[in-house]
Amino acid sequence: MNAQPQSATPTKPARSSNIPWAALPFLIIVIAMVLLAIAAPLVAPVDPNTQNLLARLKAPGTVSRGVTYILGSDELGRDVLSRLIYGARISLFVAFSSVLLSGTLGSILGMIAAFYRGWVEIVIMRLVDIVLSVPAILFAIITVAVMGPGLVNVVIVLALTRWPRYARVAYGQTLSVANMPYVRLSHFMGASWLRLLGRHVLPNIAGSLAVVATLEFGLMVLFEAGLSFLGLGVQPPTASWGAMLSTGRNYVATAWWIATFPGLALFLLVLSINLIGDHVRDRLDPKAR
Amino acid sequence: MTGPVLDVSDLSVSIRGNTVVDGVSLAIGAGEILSLVGESGCGKSMTAFAVMGLLPKVAKIDRGRVELGGSDLVSISEERRRLLRGAELAMIFQEPIASLNPLMPIGRQIEESLIIHRGVSSREAKSAAIDMLAEVGIPEPQLRYRQYPFELSGGMCQRAMIAMALICRPKLLIADEPTTALDVTIQAQILELMKRLRDETGTAILLITHDMGVVADMADRVAVMYSGRIVEEAPVETIFASQRHPYTRLLLSTIPRLDGQAKTELPVIEGTVPDIGAWPAGCRFNPRCPVAGDKCLTELPALAPRPDTGRAACWHSDRVEALV
Ligand SMILES: Nc1ncnc2c1ncn2[C@@H]1O[C@H](COP(=O)(O)OP(=O)(O)OP(=O)(O)O)[C@@H](O)[C@H]1O
Ligand code: SF4
Ligand SMILES: [Mg+2]
Repeated sequence: MNAQPQSATPTKPARSSNIPWAALPFLIIVIAMVLLAIAAPLVAPVDPNTQNLLARLKAPGTVSRGVTYILGSDELGRDVLSRLIYGARISLFVAFSSVLLSGTLGSILGMIAAFYRGWVEIVIMRLVDIVLSVPAILFAIITVAVMGPGLVNVVIVLALTRWPRYARVAYGQTLSVANMPYVRLSHFMGASWLRLLGRHVLPNIAGSLAVVATLEFGLMVLFEAGLSFLGLGVQPPTASWGAMLSTGRNYVATAWWIATFPGLALFLLVLSINLIGDHVRDRLDPKAR
Repeated sequence: MTGPVLDVSDLSVSIRGNTVVDGVSLAIGAGEILSLVGESGCGKSMTAFAVMGLLPKVAKIDRGRVELGGSDLVSISEERRRLLRGAELAMIFQEPIASLNPLMPIGRQIEESLIIHRGVSSREAKSAAIDMLAEVGIPEPQLRYRQYPFELSGGMCQRAMIAMALICRPKLLIADEPTTALDVTIQAQILELMKRLRDETGTAILLITHDMGVVADMADRVAVMYSGRIVEEAPVETIFASQRHPYTRLLLSTIPRLDGQAKTELPVIEGTVPDIGAWPAGCRFNPRCPVAGDKCLTELPALAPRPDTGRAACWHSDRVEALV
């Protein structure tokens, strides 16, 4: 940071346009994974569910009947690379939709609790405490036992267990923002509560919520993998990184590639997202400026 | 002359059972500036919030009427009150910079109440906001419309806040110590602006301050408040010329003289404001009053007409002129 004279009044908003070099590689990794997932049918070498019992457990690089198994094949002779690419769709879809759902739910509830105070606040924040104190995996197992396994149910479970994270942040931030004179003034000028929350409170707490959302996104990827690993998530034969890890585990000694590549992909995705999240947080933290 | 814009009668407000505003009556005519003065904690802001219908949750109105253009604000629904705020009555206060949303361009904040109350299109709102920015003396209004609060100085922000308050042409503007946070030059400019806008729009202004210099500058009429009650009220020249309540007298003697004949000691009113809920019996000023008599310890004086014009609440009005 070069020291600029304090008196110099900027003439443009201080939105720094400098490229976030430190986070750039990770951003590229995430974007690449998203693009691969979207374009899976175009980029995957073969169909992820086509079995070839003659090409079971082939090591990476094996060519069998005209198909090159770049990352090897699994116990049913399916192409690991193709399954990895299709699996990204599941991971990202589950993470994205559960973050969207739980983020929206939690933010709204948190803001309402802080804004209305009184019994509304007590009810919502007690609910936050209760949900946070129930182990997520336990809740997931129970829910899936009741509703049956599946992608949509996984998203519902994650949305229902993760919203309190956002609610807590939204609640705390709204408490401080709602007392800011500009919110009071707008209230004084006859703004409805919807306008106050939407136009004055939300934009001022969105940064903190975005930080929570990025960090949660990484966690959601892991949760989905965990649930699928336990057989509670995506059902075979659909490819998912968690499910691949789960079956691959049985062959670690003989066919290390089945579990290793989805593990690596998970590691890379979650690490990248977390580093991006850290970066976003640092940039939003006024002390770090 | 038509009736007053704002007519407050016998307004009482309590906080957790302790009275903080006690039977306040005041009226403001169109285009008039009424200054409400008094020491910290005497209930000025609570009176203003009661008028706006914005009392904190712990406070409630015990009795009284607040009539704005003939309708009683105390008895109407909160939703109707909300629709009046910003449209018919508006408020500005001390913290000009903090009073603007840091993430919203100035112009958007100014046009907000126009959009809420008048339902105008965003194009109309924008041009009205730009006109309003020019009207409050902000140069380059087109550019400022798009700028964020941090790009404006404190004085500018206060101008923007005034623009916000006046864009719907309210009948009444409540200004609660609008210039306290600003330096003297800017303060004078803002006060000048408020006066000019009053002249142009005929908005009545309730100006709350404890700066008697500001009162002398701005007010048409002055109401002096002490421990929740109005103790004296009169046109500004009248009250500066002669006082019929010892508290007013002492308050006025605290203004530093501008003619160079600086007083050797700045008189301070001895004693402190009694805490709410611990008001003395009789006249609430009696522990600090230099002219108190026996009656003052037992009976609360009511506002009575002064001999010239205005009202005062003191048993011994005739002793006041001899003070200091
Ligand atoms: N939110 C609150 N909760 C409890 N008591 C309050 C609250 N706000 C004000 N009071 C009390 O109400 C009384 C009147 O306060 P008010 O704010 O009207 O005084 P004021 O005349 O505006 O003073 P100042 O010149 O300091 O602004 C004071 O005794 C104060 O302590
Ligand atoms: S009524 Fe008595 S105590 Fe009160 S101001 Fe007048 S003289 Fe003083
Ligand atoms: Mg006050």
